[in-house]
Amino acid sequence: MEIILAVIVGLLYASGIYLMLRRSLVKLVVGLVLLGNGVNLLIFLLGGLVRGKPPLIPDTATYLGQVYADPVPQALILTAIVISFGLQSFAIVLIKRTYVVVNTDDMDQIHSTEEDDDY
Amino acid sequence: MLLAVLSGFIVASFVPFLGKLLRGKWSFLLTALPLCLFLYFLNFIPQVSANKAALISYEWVPSMGINFNFLVDGLSLLFALMITGIGTLVFLYTSAYMKGDRYLDRFYGYLCIFMGAMLGMVLSDNIFTLFIFWELTSISSFFLIGYNNENSDSRKSALVSLAITGLGGFFLLGAFALIGNISGTYSINEMIGSADALKGNGLYPVIIAFLFIGAFSKSAQYPLHFWLPGAMKAPTPVSTYLHSATMVKAGIYLLARFTPVLGNVPAWNNTLMIFGGFTMFYAAFHSIFKRDLKEVLAYSTISALGMLVFLIGLGTPDALLAATVFIIVHALYKASLFLITGIIDHETGTRDLAKLSGLRKVMMPVAVAGALAMLSNSGIPPSFGFVGKDLIYASTLGSELGAALVTGVAVITNILLLYSSILAGIRPFAGPLPDAYKTVHLPDWRMWVPPLLLGVGSLLLGVFPGLIEGGIVGPALLSIDPTAPAFHLQLWHGFNVVLALSAATIGGGLLLYLLFKPSVGQPAWVAGLSASSPKNIAGYLSRKFRELAHLWTSLSQNGYLRIYVLVIISFLTVLLAYKSFTEVKFYVELSKVSPLTSAEMVVMFILAAAVIYVVYTPSRLAAVAAMGVIGYCICLIFVFYSAPDLAMTQFAIDTLTVILFVLVLYRLPKYIHYSNWLIRIRDGVISLFFGTLITILGLEVLNEPTSKETTHFFAENSYALAKGKNVVNVILVDFRGVDTMIEITVLTIAAMGVFALLKLQLNKYDQEL
Repeated sequence: MEIILAVIVGLLYASGIYLMLRRSLVKLVVGLVLLGNGVNLLIFLLGGLVRGKPPLIPDTATYLGQVYADPVPQALILTAIVISFGLQSFAIVLIKRTYVVVNTDDMDQIHSTEEDDDY
Repeated sequence: MLLAVLSGFIVASFVPFLGKLLRGKWSFLLTALPLCLFLYFLNFIPQVSANKAALISYEWVPSMGINFNFLVDGLSLLFALMITGIGTLVFLYTSAYMKGDRYLDRFYGYLCIFMGAMLGMVLSDNIFTLFIFWELTSISSFFLIGYNNENSDSRKSALVSLAITGLGGFFLLGAFALIGNISGTYSINEMIGSADALKGNGLYPVIIAFLFIGAFSKSAQYPLHFWLPGAMKAPTPVSTYLHSATMVKAGIYLLARFTPVLGNVPAWNNTLMIFGGFTMFYAAFHSIFKRDLKEVLAYSTISALGMLVFLIGLGTPDALLAATVFIIVHALYKASLFLITGIIDHETGTRDLAKLSGLRKVMMPVAVAGALAMLSNSGIPPSFGFVGKDLIYASTLGSELGAALVTGVAVITNILLLYSSILAGIRPFAGPLPDAYKTVHLPDWRMWVPPLLLGVGSLLLGVFPGLIEGGIVGPALLSIDPTAPAFHLQLWHGFNVVLALSAATIGGGLLLYLLFKPSVGQPAWVAGLSASSPKNIAGYLSRKFRELAHLWTSLSQNGYLRIYVLVIISFLTVLLAYKSFTEVKFYVELSKVSPLTSAEMVVMFILAAAVIYVVYTPSRLAAVAAMGVIGYCICLIFVFYSAPDLAMTQFAIDTLTVILFVLVLYRLPKYIHYSNWLIRIRDGVISLFFGTLITILGLEVLNEPTSKETTHFFAENSYALAKGKNVVNVILVDFRGVDTMIEITVLTIAAMGVFALLKLQLNKYDQEL
C-alpha cells in the first residue's frame, strides 16, 4: 500500500507542477490544489500508515494504547487543509475578479502593467 | 585650519536657507568666502618659504589611523592658493554670469562644496582623508557639470564624468590601501621615509598602476580623457573652475605629491612620459580641428595636462620645476580664456568660431584679456607662459633618453597649442564686426575684470618671475623633489637652443594659422579617427553592458511566474537526483509494507484516473468535478488509515471548494491552449521527473526509523493534562492552541479579502457585468 500511495503522491506532485507551469490562471490554482493534496498525503504517508486504530483514547482508559495512528501528522494535515482552503477561496475569487477587469486569464497578458506588450 | 577647509561645506549647508537673498543681487557677497580663504593661505607663505611645513592635526577616527592631518607645504600651498584665488574670480564672475538663474543658490552651494573638497584634498596628509575629499570632488563636480539638469546631454556628460572619475577613485583606494599596508603609515609625509621599501616591494607595479588610473581619470589622460570635453556642457564658470585650476589638476597634484614616495623609478617615469606625451600630442592635434570655442579649450586643457604628466614623468629637477611653473601658467591663462569664452557666449549667444569676429570693437577690455591670455598660452615673451615654455624645453633637452624625440614632441605639441590659443584668444576679436553683433555690449564689470586680472597677472609674472620664485615655486618644487637645487626664474636666458626652439614654435604656430587654417574644414580622416576613439569604445561598452544586463534580467528575472517555477523545480530535481543516485542506495523494505485490500485498490485507481483527467480535460467544469473526486478519494484514504478527523475536514473543505469553484468560475471562457506541444512536453517531462523523485524520496524516508517522542507525549498526556480523548483535537485546540488561533485569524483575513473582492466595484463598467 505504501508503494502505491507513494506513486499517487508523485503523481499529484507531477500534475500539480505541470498545471502550475501553464499560462492559465485557473490551471495555476487547480495545480496548487493538487500540489497541496500531494503534500498532505506525503506527510500522512511518512507518519506511518496504521489501519483501524484512530488516535482516540478509549472510554475506559486514560491514555492511548501501544498501537495507534500517529496524531501529530494528522494535526499538521488538518491545519494544512484548512489553511489551503483559505488560500484557494481567495485565489478563486481573485481570478474571477481579474477576469472581470482584464477579460483574460492568460498570465502573460496580465503580468505587465504596460499597455503595449512588447517588453 | 579645520574651519578653513570645512568652511565650504559649512557655507553650503547654509545656502538653502539664504536662497532668496542669494538669487537676488547679493549673490556676489559669497565671493568673500574664497577671498578670505585666499588671504588666509597667503599668510602661510613666509612660514612655508622658510621650508617649515605646517602640520595641523585633528583626530577623526584615531582607532583606524584616519585623522584630519593638514599639511601646508609648498605644493599644497600652491594648489590652495590657486583653488581659492581662481575661486574668488569665479565666484565673482558667476554672480553676474548666472544673474537671475532660478537655482543660483543651489549652484553656489555646489561650488562651495567643490571648493571645500578640493582644499581638503590638497591639504590632507592622511591618504584616507585625501581619498574622501577626492571622491567628494568627483561627486560635487557631478552636480556642477549636470547643473543644467533639464538638458539630457548635460545629464549624460555629468554621468560620464562621474563614471570615469568614480572608476579612477576606486583604483586609487586600492593603491592607497596597498601603500598604507606596505609602509605601515597613512601619512604621506611619513611615507617618504619608507619610500625604498615601497619601491622594492613586489606589489610596486600594481600600486603605481592603480595610482595612475586614479590620477589619469581625474586629469583626463588618454584613454580616460573623454569626460572632459563632455563636461563642457556645464555652465562656463564651472568649466573655468574645474578645468583650469582645480578638478583636473587633482590628478597632477596626486602624481606630484607621490613623486618623492614612489617616483624616480623607470616604471614610474616611463609610464608617465608615454601617457603624458601621447596625451599632449593627441589632444593638441584634436584641438586645432574644433570650431566650438569651449571644445578648443577642452582639448588644449587635456594637452596641457598631458604636458604636466609628461614633465612629472621626466622627473629631473628641471622638469619638475617646469611642471610647477607650468601649473601656474596654465591655471592663469586657461581660466582667463574660459572666462572670456563665457563672456562671448553670454553676450552673443554663440561659441561657433565661424560666426565670431571683430568683437574687439564692442568689448575692448575682453579683447585685451584674450590677447594677454593668448600670449601666455603661446609662450610669447614677455608673458609668464614664455618662462614656462623655456623651462619645458630646457628640461626635455636635458632628458637622458631620447632628448631629440621628447623635445620634438614637445615642440610639435606647442605649435598646435599655439594655434588653438590663437583660435580662442584672438580669432573672435579680430577681423570685421558682423552686423549681427553690432548691438553687443560690454558685460557687467564682474565678468570682464576677472579675465583681465588674470591676463595682467600672466604678464606681470612674466616680467617679474621673481615675485613668486621664493615664496611659492621654490617650496612647491622642494616638496616634490626635496633634493632639487636652487634655481632662478627669468625671462631672458640669452641666445641658446631653447630660445631657438621657442622661436621655431612661435613661427610654426603662426604659419599654421596663416596658411593651413585646419579649423575651417576638418579632413575626413580626422573624423574617421574619432570612430575608434576611447569615447566611442567606452560608449559602446556601456551600451553592451546595459544590453547584457537586460538580457540577464530577462533570463533570470523575467516576470513570468511559470519560468521561476520551472527553474526552481528543475534545479531541485537535478540536485536531488544527483544526490540520491550517487549517495543513496534505493530499496524498499517489504516487511514494513502493509497489504493492499481490493477496496483500497479501487480508490487508488479512481484517484489516479481523476488526477490524469484533471490534467487533460479541456473543460474547466470537468476539471473541477474531477478535483472533487480526488478530494473524496483522499478522504477515503484517511478513513482507511485511522484518521477520522482528517476525513471529515477533507470532506467538508473539498465540498466547499468545488462549490466555490463552480459558482465563481462557471462564467469564465473555455480553456485555451496557450502553449505549443513542445513546451508542454518539456513541462511534462520535468514534472514527471520531479514527481518520480518525490515518490522515491518518500519511500526512502519510510525506511528510516522515526522518532515518536512527541507522539508518546501527546498520547500519554492528552487526557491527563487536557482532559480530552480525541488526541488530534487536543493537540489542535490545547497543546498548540495559539497556532490554531493564528490560523483562524488567517482564515478571517482571507474571508475578508474574498468579501472585499466580491463587493469591490471598480467602476460603472464592472457594475454592468
